[in-house]
Amino acid sequence: MSPPRSTPLLAIGDLSVALPAMQGCVRAVDGVTLSVTAGQAVGLVGESGCGKSMLAKALMGLLPREAEIGPTSQIHFDGRPLLALSPRERRTITGRKMAMVFQDPMTALNPVMRVGRQISEVLRHHLGLDRRAARQRALALLRQVGVSMPRRRLDHYPHQLSGGLRQRVAIAIALACGPRLLIADEPTTALDVTVQAGILDLLARCQKAQAMAMLLISHDLGVVAGRTQRTAVMYAGRILELAPTRKLFGKPRLPYTRALLDAMPRLANPPRTPLKAIGGQPPDMTHLPPGCAFAPRCRWARGRCRVETPPLESGRGGDHDHRVACWYPLEGA
Amino acid sequence: MEPNRPTRLPAAGIHEIAARLGPIFWLAVIWLAMVLFAAVTAGYWPVPPPDRMDWAQLGAAPGAPLTPAGTPSAENPQAGGAAHWLGTDTMGRDMVARLIFGARVSLAVSICSPAIGFLVGGLLGCLAGYYRGRLDAGIVATMDVILAFPGLVLLLVIRFYLGASLTNLILILGFLTIPAFSRVARAKTLGLTELEFVQAARLTGAGHLSILVREILPNVVIPLAVYALLVAAFMIMAEGALSFLGLGVPPPTASWGGMIAEGREALDTAPHVSLIPAGVMFLTVLALNLIGDGLRSLLEGRAHP
Amino acid sequence: MTATWGEHLLVTHLGRKLLRLLLVVLAVTAVTFLMVHLLPGDVAYTIGGETATADDIRAIREALGLDRSMLAQYRSWLGRLVHGDLGRSYLTGEPVLQAILSRLPVTLELLVISQLLALALALPAALICAYRSGSHVDRLISTGGFATLSIPSFVMALLTIYLFSVKLRWLPATGYTPLQAGVWANLKSFVLPALSIALIEWVVLMRVLRSDLITTLQQHYILMAKAKGLPPWRILLLHALRPSAFTMLTVMGLQVGRLLGEAVIVETLFALPGMGRLLVTAIYARDHLMVQGCVLVISIGYVTVNSAVDMLYTLLDPRIRREAAVGT
Repeated sequence: MSPPRSTPLLAIGDLSVALPAMQGCVRAVDGVTLSVTAGQAVGLVGESGCGKSMLAKALMGLLPREAEIGPTSQIHFDGRPLLALSPRERRTITGRKMAMVFQDPMTALNPVMRVGRQISEVLRHHLGLDRRAARQRALALLRQVGVSMPRRRLDHYPHQLSGGLRQRVAIAIALACGPRLLIADEPTTALDVTVQAGILDLLARCQKAQAMAMLLISHDLGVVAGRTQRTAVMYAGRILELAPTRKLFGKPRLPYTRALLDAMPRLANPPRTPLKAIGGQPPDMTHLPPGCAFAPRCRWARGRCRVETPPLESGRGGDHDHRVACWYPLEGA
Repeated sequence: MEPNRPTRLPAAGIHEIAARLGPIFWLAVIWLAMVLFAAVTAGYWPVPPPDRMDWAQLGAAPGAPLTPAGTPSAENPQAGGAAHWLGTDTMGRDMVARLIFGARVSLAVSICSPAIGFLVGGLLGCLAGYYRGRLDAGIVATMDVILAFPGLVLLLVIRFYLGASLTNLILILGFLTIPAFSRVARAKTLGLTELEFVQAARLTGAGHLSILVREILPNVVIPLAVYALLVAAFMIMAEGALSFLGLGVPPPTASWGGMIAEGREALDTAPHVSLIPAGVMFLTVLALNLIGDGLRSLLEGRAHP
Repeated sequence: MTATWGEHLLVTHLGRKLLRLLLVVLAVTAVTFLMVHLLPGDVAYTIGGETATADDIRAIREALGLDRSMLAQYRSWLGRLVHGDLGRSYLTGEPVLQAILSRLPVTLELLVISQLLALALALPAALICAYRSGSHVDRLISTGGFATLSIPSFVMALLTIYLFSVKLRWLPATGYTPLQAGVWANLKSFVLPALSIALIEWVVLMRVLRSDLITTLQQHYILMAKAKGLPPWRILLLHALRPSAFTMLTVMGLQVGRLLGEAVIVETLFALPGMGRLLVTAIYARDHLMVQGCVLVISIGYVTVNSAVDMLYTLLDPRIRREAAVGT
């Protein structure tokens, strides 16, 4: 059932990203190791500000100029070391083999450029198509992402489209060159609830149809459930739990994951079951406590948690698939 | 953080403010002080009078020796110093002398004209911004008509009808700055009347005059004064342009613009006749702009550009 | 529904601006009319000049209708103005309007060429500065620009003459070749005059464009363009420039007034037979009606251009367009 364990499509090794802040600097991403196999969908879940967007930007090479990547960090994509490439070499991958869908489709499309041109631009740049061929392909792409009246939409400006349509256009742009990895950063957060499921299902369908790998980033565990094979839980710049999505939902070992699940409404629960909010505040990234960053909000935290940072390890039961960074992981649900 | 009274100088120490303005700012202040000093003491410098023509030294290069020959009054040829330190112009007149006497014209214009605009325009702007309504509409419309004429063209024409004299020049230039000052003052006043302390003053029963004098004016004067520095820089350029066209102060009075114009025909043989006054004018305008810009950033609490 | 309401507001707004323009133009004519008629002494003598004979004076009196009230005089002057009669030059006898119309193309050509040159300088400078904002290059160009604004235009004109015609001997300092004598020769006589205006004007455009570009480059759609793997120059030119150019284009329109002033100096210095030179010559010669005509044409042109730019701005303002779009 699991794909062959040869070299993964994307291998992130010990990735750290530091950003200068008012006082000192913030480690937005702190020693993240994660791999994505070709054709696999991986979820990345965490509260806003936990560094998941910064991780996506690091993968795409979109970090702000003042951001610094740690010296031991590595990103291998399709066997190539991305961090060692020149900007020009990197651009042959970005947008072509690795594409991204952004959170807010209202601002991600250029307001003064027709939709058709925003799609065909990628095709012409990366695949060298001429104007006519690019337009034909753009039309096919719009059809593929379920845009009605695609021929008319090509000549529209973004402000003439609804939010859901705009996100579909953004997905068409991302899919244009047939990427091997799609990074979707909170693709539905800014959309109306009624169109969210449609967009997510479109992403999942395209991912399966094109045997494309996908990194689906969200603050919402519900978004990731059922659409990914594996899920990583991120907190304060670190990955604290990494497991097959089904296992993570069925038997979370990290107290934080457990708390996130408890905060989710479920159909299986009896009516009027109260939702449990996670106590305390999300961590202040400029002043992280020593030890486990979640310890101040953790019900099970003990002395060691506030002193030593736990490493991401596979569980005692020899379960290599399920790794957790916690001194006192939960046993059984 | 609760700014009850805006646009006062920040309550920082003198030294801290001095440091924040930066070395370039202070260089500009020093240059301006030097020009001012030269203009005030112009009569006491060991140089020949600005209108004495040295016929043996037409367009002489800087450092040329003074010659007694050709001077109309040869009773004491050495009275004016040892050499033409910056050379002579095309009529053999000493450049240093003409520069320092020309500074008088430039400074007179750059101090007096903005002062007129500051007083009249500032007052009109404050009244318009404070009373609003018809008075405001009338003042704004009048200013719009003045602004409807391109500045330099209006300057040329009024100057043409009123005739040439330094006083006229100052009055015309001053008149032309009124709209700009009134706009700035009006905008500031409009912003102020919305603020709490003015509302509070009104609630406590203070009269209009008292509010204007006590609450509005002090807060308008400082930004307006800083603006006046930028206007002063512009005035020097405008006076220069007029003199350059031969419509400024009448000759033989020395002015920088006139000097630049006189050297125009000799650009190939004696470029210093034009380029030296041009450089002096540039530095003076730049100094005023730097000081005005520095103070404005300080007022607005921005970092120095 | 909202769109029509928005359109209605827009039309009212534009109508008010148009009315305002008309009032200002009327005020301008009144002021220019008074310019001649408030002259000290007998207007007829002033206009006729020292060499005027008694017949001349009588003719002027009659032409101006000086025996009537000021308002009546203004009304009939305005009537003639509407029919394009601005009187005749007392120097050459040429109709004022005809003299102005024959000089106008030269000034317009000068303004257009200098704006284009300024744009050619400002565009790359602003792109480099915005792309590398805060870098040494940015600071160098911005500081240089600040200093350039302290150079009066006549000094800049003198410097270009000194450099290009005295030192390098590339182009003559003065001399004008009309368009009929060849496009190339004609353009050549505009190079130095236009350059001396453009060398100052570019700073104004560069500053506006730079700051707008910096704002645009922080937009999400620029990040999106980067995520497409497009090279930086393509992002700057195709994605960032257009949404940032709006304010700069407005400023280009509004600068016309200032440039008209510059044109007076530059045309005089380079001996270009344009409106500015016509005005200065008329002032030297005390040719009153010519001065009046020049001022009238320049000022009305100036306010009209400014108002047109202002109204275009309202029409094209992205915020207003967006509001209309949301309404549909």
